Amino acid sequence: MAIEIEQPSSVELSKVAVSETHGENSPYFAGWKAYDEDPYHESNNPSGVIQMGLAENQVSFDLLEEYSEQHSEAFTWGKGAPGFRENALFQDYHGLQSFREAMASFMEQIRGGRAKFDPDRVVLTAGATAANELLTFILADPGDALLVPTPYYPGFDRDLRWRTGVKIVPIHCDSSNNFQITPQALEAAYKEAEAMNTKVRGVLITNPSNPLGATIQRSVLEEILDFVTRKNIHLVSDEIYSGSAFSSSEFISIAEILESRKYKNSERIHIVYSLSKDLGLPGFRVGTIYSYNDKVVTTARRMSSFTLISSQTQHLLASMLSNKKFTENYIKTNRERLRKRYEMIIKGLKNAGIECLKGNAGLFCWMNLSPLLEEQTREGELVLWDSMLHEVKLNISPGSSCHCSEPGWFRVCFANMSEQTLEIALKRIHDFMQQRERQRKPISSQ
Amino acid sequence: MRLIVPLQGVVQGRGGLILGSLIPGALFYFLQFYWKRHRSLNPSSDPPSPSTSSSNLADLPRTSSRSNLSSRGSFGPGRVSSRGGLLAKADDSTYYIGLNKVREDPYHRTNNPNGIIQLGLSQNTLCLDLIEKWFLENLTDSIMGSDDGDLSISGIAAYKPFDGMTEMKVAMASFMSRVIGKAVSFDPSQILLTAGATPAIEILSFCLADHGNAFLVPTPYYPGFDRDIRSRTGVELIPVHCRSTDNFVFSITALDQAFNQARKRGLKVRAILICNPANPVGNILPRETLYDVLDFAREKNIHIICDEIYGGSIFGSEEFVSMAEILESEEVDKDRVHIIYGLSKDLSLPGFRAGVIYSYNDSVLAAAKKLTRFSSMSTLTQRLLISMLSDTRFTQEYFEINKRRVKEIYDSFVAGLEQLGIRCSESNAGLYCWADMSALIPTYSEKGELELWDKLLNIAKINVTPGSACHCIEPGWFRCCFATLSQEDIPVVIERIQKVAETCKSPS
Repeated sequence: MAIEIEQPSSVELSKVAVSETHGENSPYFAGWKAYDEDPYHESNNPSGVIQMGLAENQVSFDLLEEYSEQHSEAFTWGKGAPGFRENALFQDYHGLQSFREAMASFMEQIRGGRAKFDPDRVVLTAGATAANELLTFILADPGDALLVPTPYYPGFDRDLRWRTGVKIVPIHCDSSNNFQITPQALEAAYKEAEAMNTKVRGVLITNPSNPLGATIQRSVLEEILDFVTRKNIHLVSDEIYSGSAFSSSEFISIAEILESRKYKNSERIHIVYSLSKDLGLPGFRVGTIYSYNDKVVTTARRMSSFTLISSQTQHLLASMLSNKKFTENYIKTNRERLRKRYEMIIKGLKNAGIECLKGNAGLFCWMNLSPLLEEQTREGELVLWDSMLHEVKLNISPGSSCHCSEPGWFRVCFANMSEQTLEIALKRIHDFMQQRERQRKPISSQ
Repeated sequence: MRLIVPLQGVVQGRGGLILGSLIPGALFYFLQFYWKRHRSLNPSSDPPSPSTSSSNLADLPRTSSRSNLSSRGSFGPGRVSSRGGLLAKADDSTYYIGLNKVREDPYHRTNNPNGIIQLGLSQNTLCLDLIEKWFLENLTDSIMGSDDGDLSISGIAAYKPFDGMTEMKVAMASFMSRVIGKAVSFDPSQILLTAGATPAIEILSFCLADHGNAFLVPTPYYPGFDRDIRSRTGVELIPVHCRSTDNFVFSITALDQAFNQARKRGLKVRAILICNPANPVGNILPRETLYDVLDFAREKNIHIICDEIYGGSIFGSEEFVSMAEILESEEVDKDRVHIIYGLSKDLSLPGFRAGVIYSYNDSVLAAAKKLTRFSSMSTLTQRLLISMLSDTRFTQEYFEINKRRVKEIYDSFVAGLEQLGIRCSESNAGLYCWADMSALIPTYSEKGELELWDKLLNIAKINVTPGSACHCIEPGWFRCCFATLSQEDIPVVIERIQKVAETCKSPS
């Protein structure tokens, strides 16, 4: 038998395939690798890495399980499975009418009925990741830009830019005003794009914000709306965490502002939503684009052929989300539980001498570790991040991976673990901070 | 610009009267279509009207100018990107127009007997009863998983690998081995799962070619490729024409010619895309041809994309040989071969969105894997399918019965067409037949073919796909999908075609 020698691949791949724009070699993802190699487990691996870099919602899982136990017929097509055949064949990119209606109604419920959603404007995609990419494909050409406020979700670098060839120009925000978006910052970003000879096609905001864990104030939303109208560009509002605001009244959707303006100039507004965070069902791959622009709706629908939601999944969720009793209870309970978790982690961090940005939404908090940095630089931040990962054994996300202009901030997720695990994580942080404190005291003072 | 000069002519009286009425008339005509198309640009409290694509023959040539009108004009919210525009344009193919028309007025034996009969969608409804039965018998386990026997959605709700759960890959690999591999087994580690074969082929295209590069595609080919492969990737499809005298199987000479012509045009060919079994012709590529394609690709140093989505839909006696089987015996150059598969055709589950990229190239797998995040399979569906695909007794029974039922309908349908003097090309696979209706077309041209298509759609009220939508070089061929018909439907279809056939044959 001949000895097989590995032949180097001589047939080429595309630029997209070899590009690094997927960003999976950045610290944000390197932490995941460390976790995968040594994952924490209560009994099997109590000294392993605790994953605090994944924004997943497990706090209300029991409510989903309860629903599935009590409503097994939602998982089927009823007795004798009528409608099964139709469902198995259904690949219409308009999506199941019943599901679109249920989704529109769920989005209304989350906003406390303060905004109305038309099921015929709901476009379905396999996740919000696909929704954001799809909108970018539709609203911009290669080489164009979207303005995105920093700090932002690291995945945007990949989702908005990789296959689309569209650029991101950051709207710089800083801690001086709690990282809120200002009109000056908007203008500066727009000018920066102009200076690069790049055409700006829109602004993309995440509200509630990831990684800040805070909702955007009404006045700021009004300013952003005025800005995009003045510049005649689009606005995408990723409201994926809308159901994760700790209290319903604190979250103001762009839809509410539009309604108050009687939908004037609304054809430039598009909302992205998903069930991955609020409902804790990321595996099901359910996202939507809600657009006030007919042409965008039609085009997005066509393009959604590349990312359709399984008809079986649509069928189940149509049932689940139109069950008002379930959704009302779920939304309310989920908010409450997230708020409690948030308070728990804030208190624990405070005891350890760590301050966080005041948050009111999301599955994470925005922690300020800048006092610990040896150097107030990105490198200094990464050194600290490395210690957190390999010494404290916590995977948290460094602000630099979110393009934060100030070093030392970290995003810490708190909803993807049990309370017990969170306690352990807080204890580790507490011990780490104490140790640091001890190291700083000169020996003679003992 | 071009309009202004004739108008000047109008003013100065040069040929003015004719141009003077023509230009405003044409302008008015274009504007009418523009308005009709963009009626609901402004949002209203009413939902946007469903896309009622005009399907009249007269509208077809206008399409390109319509899209131009819409893309010119102010930037800002009224405008979509060039890629959005490309997609809109692609949807104006007769293939999609026909599908849309059926949606508006679908035939139903009792509820809508005058509706349009769908012969344009390649789907198989002949064995859905078997799948339904399996589902009813395996309900609890299949949906909720038998982790602990309890009804639970734990284990599938959370984030799972975007390219599919390991158990799903294992189940799919085993299924593919049984259904299309026969002598060869598929390796789960070479599988990436996607939400249907449509994104599978697009993701692969993004990985193998840059914007402006090209793929060679033997004709006639599946009309969906124009839209699915070109719209967002910017990859061009270069047709490699095949003829009825060769039963539409491509020759290496033709591939070579097409490759060289592309090079002259400054186009870089990155891959050849073949469909086996073929769509729309329904023939199985001979072993020799597969070896030839490998040699050709090796010589030109390009990739091979082999779409085997109909690999399990064999109803004839000829044997289907997967590219995987060919590669088993070849020790080198597997790096350039990629296979596409899915459950939409062989298992009649297009709604569940189950597609496969199967590659022998680790770099391609690594890159494509990262792209699956944009088109992932739902974990809920994965759980159901893991159960179903692993049930070897069920799948064996299914394919046995399916083969029989498809053959029965195929035989009846082809016989019915023969009675009208319409012959079909020899086929052994797929859910369609490739019918030669050239005797019925008024002129032996694409125009003549489209006139017949229009008559069949609007008078006979049957939707078939004209060969021109598939880039067939010989006019008069039509793809007729029969696997959604029952035996009772066939005489109805034949009768309707006959009515139109008679008007075509009589001297005008």
